[in-house]
Amino acid sequence: MTGSQPVVVAEGLTKRFGAFTAVDRLDLSIAKGEVVGFIGPNGAGKSTTIRMLCGLLRPSAGRASVAGFDVGRQPEAVRAHIGYMSQKFSLYGDLTCRENLRFFAGIYRVPRQERAERTHFAITMAGLEGREDMLVRTLAGGWKQRLALGCAILHRPPVLFLDEPTSGVEPQARRRFWDLIHTLADGGVTILVSTHYMDEAEYCNRITMIDAGRLVAIGSPRELRQQGLGGQLFEIVCAPLGAALAALRQAPGVLEVDIFGDKLHVLVHEQAVAETLRPFLTEKGITADPPRSIAPSLEDVFVQLVSRRSKAPGDAGIKP
Amino acid sequence: MTATTDEIVIEAQGLKRRFGAVEAVRDISLTIMRGEIFGLVGADGAGKTTIMRLLAGVLRPDAGAIRVAGVDVVAEPKRVRSELSYMPQRFGLYEDLTVAENIFFYSELFSVSPRERRARTGQLLEAAGLAPFQRRLAGQLSGGMKQKLGLVCALIHTPRVLLLDEPTTGVDPVSRRDFWAILYNLRESGVTILLSTAYMDEAERCSRVALLQAGQIRSCDTPSRLKQAMPGALLDVVADDPGAANQALKDAPGVLGLLLMGDRVHVRVDDAGRRSPELRARLAERAIAHTEITTIEPGIEDVFVALLEPDGAA
Repeated sequence: MTGSQPVVVAEGLTKRFGAFTAVDRLDLSIAKGEVVGFIGPNGAGKSTTIRMLCGLLRPSAGRASVAGFDVGRQPEAVRAHIGYMSQKFSLYGDLTCRENLRFFAGIYRVPRQERAERTHFAITMAGLEGREDMLVRTLAGGWKQRLALGCAILHRPPVLFLDEPTSGVEPQARRRFWDLIHTLADGGVTILVSTHYMDEAEYCNRITMIDAGRLVAIGSPRELRQQGLGGQLFEIVCAPLGAALAALRQAPGVLEVDIFGDKLHVLVHEQAVAETLRPFLTEKGITADPPRSIAPSLEDVFVQLVSRRSKAPGDAGIKP
Repeated sequence: MTATTDEIVIEAQGLKRRFGAVEAVRDISLTIMRGEIFGLVGADGAGKTTIMRLLAGVLRPDAGAIRVAGVDVVAEPKRVRSELSYMPQRFGLYEDLTVAENIFFYSELFSVSPRERRARTGQLLEAAGLAPFQRRLAGQLSGGMKQKLGLVCALIHTPRVLLLDEPTTGVDPVSRRDFWAILYNLRESGVTILLSTAYMDEAERCSRVALLQAGQIRSCDTPSRLKQAMPGALLDVVADDPGAANQALKDAPGVLGLLLMGDRVHVRVDDAGRRSPELRARLAERAIAHTEITTIEPGIEDVFVALLEPDGAA
């Protein structure tokens, strides 16, 4: 997974719209064959970053290059070397699978002599053999999604952008999709995924968390889980939940409490605090099981990092 | 389970509904108790929206019976409307009205008294984190804020039952937490909530979940019991090169399924105690470095995949 030259590089990448800074001095370096996720709330600057990296929007300051081309000076070369897939907009429902592929092969200027071979590759990859002449709108979500992926890589782009690629598809189809993505990455394609669903981020080798235009954290899912929370997470089954929630918010050493189904998730300063929780609740007439240590989700980490930043604006979170 | 009682609030039996050749809902039965947060979980096209619309009385079933808050919804669809609030996927916010004006409009629509309106508006806006944005046009809100405003409007009257169709689709993680905090508060006050989602991780927050596929309920239980019922056990295999680990474990005996993630592989095996050392040995044999194998609790998605037939891979 270690390429010699990074394929995507950003240095001090900035985009301002009037007085508003959408992307603020972003630094990135992504190697060949990496799958990197971009995570952030709505309005965090995710799509502005992606649009700049696709050569669709000129940076206000700083620079970025994709597949060796400068996004500001050579936007057309950048666009010729990337594939883009958004589940929602990329296919024509009233065309057949084959017609969609032919259309995108034209758009992406796939050389005529390669078209048959590339179309065949896309059909096989998507598992659409026998469905070539079906209208796209009659396909189930998983097939549509794999066809969209096939269209996006017809011209063999070294860099592929995926925008919320698996929202709303069957879990099995989603897993199959990610297997394809990892196969492409093994073949040397660099993949950037933009999403605000943390379960899509779990499939990325590295995750870039963006908030208010700034890079908040970057690392593998595991690194982020280990460092990002600033405490230890426990789960407590207790009743009544509402009373327990209110009580624990006042308990010493407790950083955060959140309801999760019929349990509470409690973030504590250190292990020792966890042992005090049950007696603390029992004393108040609340029944509780012993706290159980749990692994934080990426969403826990993200929410924690963002709220910590809004409390202390100077803190940039985890450094790359 | 705090406010859950044995009072049945939503009851559906043998629901069927087709649209032309498509059987959107095939023989669905549901019983939901007061104070539950019940999740309908499934992919696009699994039948979530159709079930919501049937329960809300805005769509008639081809067959089956529905009672919501004691009202026969099939016979008296209009009468159920004062008992429930239904928030469709695209909630009808007026983009050229402000946040406050939208709320005012819905409170008039639901005939909420001015006094109650003032009290509830403040309370709900506060909970939704929208209090500073009352004068902003709804069209200028972010996706997450729009969804929260939709919820505020749906809650401006005091429904006993709340039906939310994919309320958090397109909502970022931070807003999503605010949203759930509001739902849990409502549950404390005895409101029964039925919501649908395509996101498996969201199912974990519900008190009970129905896993839907092709218009049918495949499994229905609390998240903890669904996980316990998953055939086999789940191992988390961390490795420097997860791709190589994935390859190495593919044909190992006892492996029921593999999932390559960003920096590890999730492996479903028939017996964790027996297979962990075997898999560890296999990885060492193939010189795959820095591996770590632990048994982990499956997620709802793992359960879903394990329960469904492999030929459903659409």
